Amino acid sequence: MKAAVVVFPGSNCDRDLAVAFEQAGFDVSMVWHKDSVLPEGVDIVGVPGGFSYGDYLRCGAIAAQSPICQAVVEHANRGGYAMGVCNGFQILTETGVLPGALLRNAGLKYICRTVDLQIATADSVFTQGYAKGDTIGIPIAHHDGNYFADAETIAALKDQDRIAFTYAQNPNGSIDDIAGILSQNRRVLGMMPHPERAADEGHGGTDGTAVFRALAGIVATA
Amino acid sequence: MKARVHVMLKNGVLDPQGEAVRHALGALGFDKVEGVRQGKVIDLDLAEGASEADVTEMCEKLLANTVIESYSIEMQ
Repeated sequence: MKAAVVVFPGSNCDRDLAVAFEQAGFDVSMVWHKDSVLPEGVDIVGVPGGFSYGDYLRCGAIAAQSPICQAVVEHANRGGYAMGVCNGFQILTETGVLPGALLRNAGLKYICRTVDLQIATADSVFTQGYAKGDTIGIPIAHHDGNYFADAETIAALKDQDRIAFTYAQNPNGSIDDIAGILSQNRRVLGMMPHPERAADEGHGGTDGTAVFRALAGIVATA
Repeated sequence: MKARVHVMLKNGVLDPQGEAVRHALGALGFDKVEGVRQGKVIDLDLAEGASEADVTEMCEKLLANTVIESYSIEMQ
């Protein structure tokens, strides 16, 4: 099982994400933003949190144009697994792999705390380790996590059961409390909360480990 | 040759920064402000021969996120 974690200038959760994948049993390669190909045989690509390119222009906008992101888009278009956390979610929306956009938090403040998330669907490789309706505690740390998409897109996400996580108490103004969404083929996840920061007893919680374990289970049997 | 690109959040997209500016203006006693929308201005120095169509392509690909933003171009 191979995972690749992309590293941009300004990424700061890349190693956390790599450790979470490793603990679930993945061999992890770090991939630099200037690389134009992913390592051979990669099963899942992780796009980490942070402040790629200093959030210049828009969060994720410059990263989305980097050579490695073109490879990530091709990987996703071929049906490969990918997950973007926080800035990684912003980047995946900027590439168009996931719909919508992340706006400035409604309260304008950067928010860094553990929040309750509800599992909105267990029907994905990322969320099958939970049951629909479960509540888990996962940290958020963002200034631009206010999920926005037009009414048509939101309706499609609901109809297709593509909302993965919702906030129990909406911290940032996201439409319909959306914290994480899935691609149409359910193989790409974008989420603002950080499951990799709730993946070790030392973190103060391990509610995020089920994401990585479930992924490892699926990939191992594929 | 220059172009100026204005990027604004689309109507209907909440602009919390603009709202904060409106509140601050109100606090300063400017009580005739009914709304504030905040955007970006991007000035481009262009080589000879660049066209508005080129700038439009730049806006579509990078300068604006058309999911949430609209843009207008002034060729100067």
